[in-house]
Amino acid sequence: MEAIEVKDLSKSFNGLTAVNRVTFTVHQGEIFGFLGPNGAGKTTTVRMLTGVLKPDAGEARVRGHDLKTDLVKAKAVLGVVPETANAYGDLTAWGNLMLIASLYGIPRRDGEQRAARLLTEFGLYERRASKVKGFSKGMKQRLMLAMALVSNPEVLFLDEPTSGLDVQSARAIRQKIRALRDEGRTVFLTSHNMQEVSMLCDRVGIINRGQMVALESPEILRHRIGGTVTVEFSFDKTPSSTPPGAERIGDAYRLYTTEPHEVISSIMGFATRNGLKLISVNVQSPSLEDVFVKLTGGAPE
Amino acid sequence: MSAKVWAITKKDIQLYYLKGPVVIFGVLFPLFLFLAFTIGRNLPAAFLIPGLMAMTLFFTATSVSPVIMPWETQMRTLERLISCPISVRTLILGDILASFIFGVCISAVPVAVGVALGVGVRSPIILLTAIILAAFCFSSLGLLFSTPPTSLVSNIMMLSTFVKFPVIFISGIFIPVEQMPGWGVAVASLSPLTYFTDLARYALQGYAYYPVHVDFAALLAFSAFFLLLALKLHERALPKRF
Repeated sequence: MEAIEVKDLSKSFNGLTAVNRVTFTVHQGEIFGFLGPNGAGKTTTVRMLTGVLKPDAGEARVRGHDLKTDLVKAKAVLGVVPETANAYGDLTAWGNLMLIASLYGIPRRDGEQRAARLLTEFGLYERRASKVKGFSKGMKQRLMLAMALVSNPEVLFLDEPTSGLDVQSARAIRQKIRALRDEGRTVFLTSHNMQEVSMLCDRVGIINRGQMVALESPEILRHRIGGTVTVEFSFDKTPSSTPPGAERIGDAYRLYTTEPHEVISSIMGFATRNGLKLISVNVQSPSLEDVFVKLTGGAPE
Repeated sequence: MSAKVWAITKKDIQLYYLKGPVVIFGVLFPLFLFLAFTIGRNLPAAFLIPGLMAMTLFFTATSVSPVIMPWETQMRTLERLISCPISVRTLILGDILASFIFGVCISAVPVAVGVALGVGVRSPIILLTAIILAAFCFSSLGLLFSTPPTSLVSNIMMLSTFVKFPVIFISGIFIPVEQMPGWGVAVASLSPLTYFTDLARYALQGYAYYPVHVDFAALLAFSAFFLLLALKLHERALPKRF
């Protein structure tokens, strides 16, 4: 049984199509990255898959449970860390976890054991009796992840889980995501951080303007933009004009080509004509970020 | 489902009802409003106390429940809550139950005031049943106020105040229904508060304008209507909050 099955899922708001006949499948036990520029339909898709929004059309199943006809059962097998949601600031960390445990129908003693284990694991046990409104952003996010895990979900939705976090908190969350995959759970990860997605995800779906534009493993996606490579180069001083076909990246330039040797000759010619000295040239395979830019026609946020 | 409803209720009580200002306001506001309209009028305590009970129960049971939804939308806690395996019905019943408990508990204050003033309760069972039924009815009405899908608490407060104050004046609290003109009686019959006030007068004074079973039937009908409408409208409104 697949973890998530989505077929022709659509949603409009006031006549504007946010998600347009999106179809994909997420396998059990994989980390699935869901990427897209702002306003592409990521959060709307996640909200439909977590039962917050009702789709206008199409079908979606989580562990075989139809979200239209079997919503409560579907929600029972998933855990969620929504992008914009908060824990209750006036409740303690313990109170928040026990509330969620109760709403998942977990017996009190079992809930207490899980809460204690998760708070310890996320370094929050000493602060379990503190109200959440006094927590840092990293602590709140770790608590949200603990709240999502208190029900031992088979499928976990994480919408921008490391956004705006310090390096240590982000790293702790990434380690946990890998550990969850190793336990056989499925993680549906929405992120703007290409490096993070590249490091963590087994497969990636890219959505743009409400439509899926790619669905592959990061490695296959990198190869998908042809034999294209990235050539990055810089000069000892800033030229009066940008080299033909190149884009400026900080104090360097970048262009994509299938003929790197010709490009490098052309760059050498440009440097000679403009009295510049070439100080660095790097030829790289395309990154996931390059793929994203190519497929969505814009820079990631 | 009952454990999940109780979890929502406990959360509401902890977060919204067990606050000093809410409890004090729940008692003092109807008391002051009541005094403002009764001081200087030579009315017996046995007539006044049922009115005070009615106002206290009505204001407390409709005070916090309308603002929970917009407040949780604004604080971004609602999305996390409804991602849990609960239905809209569970959420709404939990909110109503919290409001109900608050209303029933606070209604003990005017009863105690009445006893202190020497007003005896002739029919305690009728009074208790009326308080329980009316607390549920008014709590459901409170949830009905919060159905517009806004995150602005002030909008909902304005809407509920717009409805609540006229209801106070048409429900036989300050002018008994039997002294109203024909059109006044017709208008009073549209308010659920009229029937609770009538039952409270029966329980304390031994007489009522409507037969007791009509009062109870009306409160039951209003409760069912408010509850079903609140459930239906919240189910429709919830996705529009995001």
